[in-house]
Amino acid sequence: MLLISCPHCGPRDEHEFAYGHEAHIARPTLDQQNTMSDAEWADYLFMRKNPKGVHFERWVHARGCRQWFNVARHTVTHEIIKVYPMGEPAPKLEQK
Amino acid sequence: MAEAYTRRSALQHFGLTAAAAKSDVAGAEIVIGESAHRAIVNIRGNSSDAAFIAAVKSVTGVDLPVKPNTTAQSGAFRVLWLGPAEWWVVTTGGTEEKLVADLRQAFAGQHAAVVDVSESRTVITISGASARDVLARGCSLDLHPRAFGPGQCAQTGLTKANILLDQTDATPSFDIYVLKSFGDYLWQWFWLIGRDYKFAIKAQ
Repeated sequence: MLLISCPHCGPRDEHEFAYGHEAHIARPTLDQQNTMSDAEWADYLFMRKNPKGVHFERWVHARGCRQWFNVARHTVTHEIIKVYPMGEPAPKLEQK
Repeated sequence: MAEAYTRRSALQHFGLTAAAAKSDVAGAEIVIGESAHRAIVNIRGNSSDAAFIAAVKSVTGVDLPVKPNTTAQSGAFRVLWLGPAEWWVVTTGGTEEKLVADLRQAFAGQHAAVVDVSESRTVITISGASARDVLARGCSLDLHPRAFGPGQCAQTGLTKANILLDQTDATPSFDIYVLKSFGDYLWQWFWLIGRDYKFAIKAQ
């Protein structure tokens, strides 16, 4: 069981949270959408990182304050390396 | 002539009034009961806007709790923090229509929302020396006095129901706000767990 620190509520049990998706996926602008190829669009829409290591992802405190936030999590150890608010860029972390 | 509408509480079918009459509240380790029909009004707005805070204060007399998971009380009004831009105003049942109207008037021109959610929840009250032990059987929060006390609230899970837990005094006493549709389930859970303790039922 993971203990996840909600930026508002502090450390809470994993079952209060729901995983959203990979963080920092930039939606193409309208101009880009008009000129990009199908392959590029498919890449944006479907292709996700699947790292063995640090993964940046979005979680929501579903049973608590219902706010979204970013989590840097190690996919092997499940260590929550960093929790940071929405809108912040991915932190630079030392390789583990 | 139409019959008068009578409100039924979510736990009415358990016959709590009759059970309370036979209960020994004085000798109990935990006392549980239902506090039905409270007025609950959900408000949303910007807590960094002084006008929003002033508007809440003008209607309820409460200084808006901006610290996460805290409550504030003034007279009959209790304000509970739900999120960075979301609160509940809780007060005596039957006053919700006036409260909604007053809040809407106070928020006029602001980016704010007022919604009456009184009918969605019922409140199970639990009080007594063993109340924390009972809650610990189904809740992952640390409710030890060093971590949780009066003036704090938390939205969390209690067994399989989503609840809002509000500690009202140091006895300790807790108000548990739960969706009415989960009221039956949660009451039966308390009934089951409560049998391990000396427990009594309090009339509303």
